[in-house]
Amino acid sequence: MHVPDGFLDAPTSVATAAVAAGGVALALRGARRELDERTAPLAGLTAAFVFAVQMVNFPVGAGTSGHLMGGVLAAVLVGPWTAVLCMTVVLVVQALLFADGGLTALGTNVTLLGLVAIAVGWAVFRLLTAVLPTTRGSVLAAAGTAAFVSVPVAALAFVGLFAVGGVADVAVGTVAAAMGGVHVLIGLGEAAITVAVVGAVLAVRPDLVHGARALRRAALLAERPTSVPAGAR
Amino acid sequence: MAAVHGGVLGAAYLAGDSPVHRLEPHAKVVAVLGFALVAVATPVHAAWSWTAYGGYLALVLLAAAVAGVGPGRLARGLAIEVPFVLFALLLPFVAQGPRVEVAGIAVSESGLAAAGGLLAKATLSVLAAVVLSATTEPRALLTGLERLRLPSLLVQILMFMIRYADVVGGELRRMRVARESRGFEGRNLGALRVLGPAAGSLFIRSYERGERVHLAMLSRGYTGRMPGGPVTAVPVRAWLTALVLPLGAAAVLVSGLLLG
Repeated sequence: MHVPDGFLDAPTSVATAAVAAGGVALALRGARRELDERTAPLAGLTAAFVFAVQMVNFPVGAGTSGHLMGGVLAAVLVGPWTAVLCMTVVLVVQALLFADGGLTALGTNVTLLGLVAIAVGWAVFRLLTAVLPTTRGSVLAAAGTAAFVSVPVAALAFVGLFAVGGVADVAVGTVAAAMGGVHVLIGLGEAAITVAVVGAVLAVRPDLVHGARALRRAALLAERPTSVPAGAR
Repeated sequence: MAAVHGGVLGAAYLAGDSPVHRLEPHAKVVAVLGFALVAVATPVHAAWSWTAYGGYLALVLLAAAVAGVGPGRLARGLAIEVPFVLFALLLPFVAQGPRVEVAGIAVSESGLAAAGGLLAKATLSVLAAVVLSATTEPRALLTGLERLRLPSLLVQILMFMIRYADVVGGELRRMRVARESRGFEGRNLGALRVLGPAAGSLFIRSYERGERVHLAMLSRGYTGRMPGGPVTAVPVRAWLTALVLPLGAAAVLVSGLLLG
């Protein structure tokens, strides 16, 4: 689902490349705050994980399967700045090694799938976790909603770019309705997969879920029973 | 590791010793990017645009021939385009403007031209990118990106991703083998209860591996920067050879703009 070369005209491609470069520069600074000097190995391995998990086809019902984009999943797991870097790296590798997504459209793809999807998804996630009670269920609900919202928003951002710099003379409303409709369905799949994966990590290593730090602090140590049971002697 | 880097990421690379293989990676990246930019900048609705696409196609096929990249490899590379072919096929029907009859169906004239242009441009750039990935090893590409002044932290992340993508992918493959040998068939939404935890534990394993790798690097004196190898200057001849592709394409574009 990457924009190839030629969909958007040269000025739009250059402009989105500038936006992407600025966003990635910010993310490079932000990721150092999230991971300090461990940024390179941890972000690299998380990018390898996102890349691998994009190859898994999840059944999403009615005989169709979909794969994850993974922006919001990565943001919930390792933090938004690192997630931007992971998505950027995955997109660079896909463009350079697999010709998946054009080189001139790399800036557009980073802007849409990295910056827009993660910024919107993370905003929704933070808003919901702030409003909802601090429980495992609300972290999952927030992650699912954020993942769901991020997909159609990224698609509509693409429609916006297409209206500005597209090469075809298309009624924007028609394209927006078609892209929005299809991506609402894709978003449902993304939400289901994100919830399943975040839930699994929360069950095993809740300390690794960046988006659930509040949960970790709220947990209390269980008190050790004071009297020794009689059978233990 | 130098000869053939196996696995998913190295699969695109065709070992060889053609003049294209010997070019410096960053010169090749610049050449392919320039070529794609020229292709994108070609006006879709100009009458001469298809002549220009023909010229670009001749150039990129020449590069493929010099590099020894066969037609089969190029065709497989094009498979990545398929979803966008579908999008482009829709354009003649949804675009506005005057209608023309094609095989008895009224379609938009400008939509038809745009769809053709989109497909031509996307195909040309995919072909150029396939030549790049077939003649350049992933690690050489990284050195190229570093020489193009990509931020060093980003290059390091890319390096870790490329080095460990096969490790993580292998782990994923072993999980699949284990699942399927126990009779797992993912057909419906219920499979998420199995696949979700599988992906979750893949993340935990990847992240923990990252922590171990970091500690191993620290114990070997990592300071936050990777030591770079010697940087050799690229001879002007090599640059000129690499830039034949974008400059030739630019010449086609300019002559189209002037003569058309």
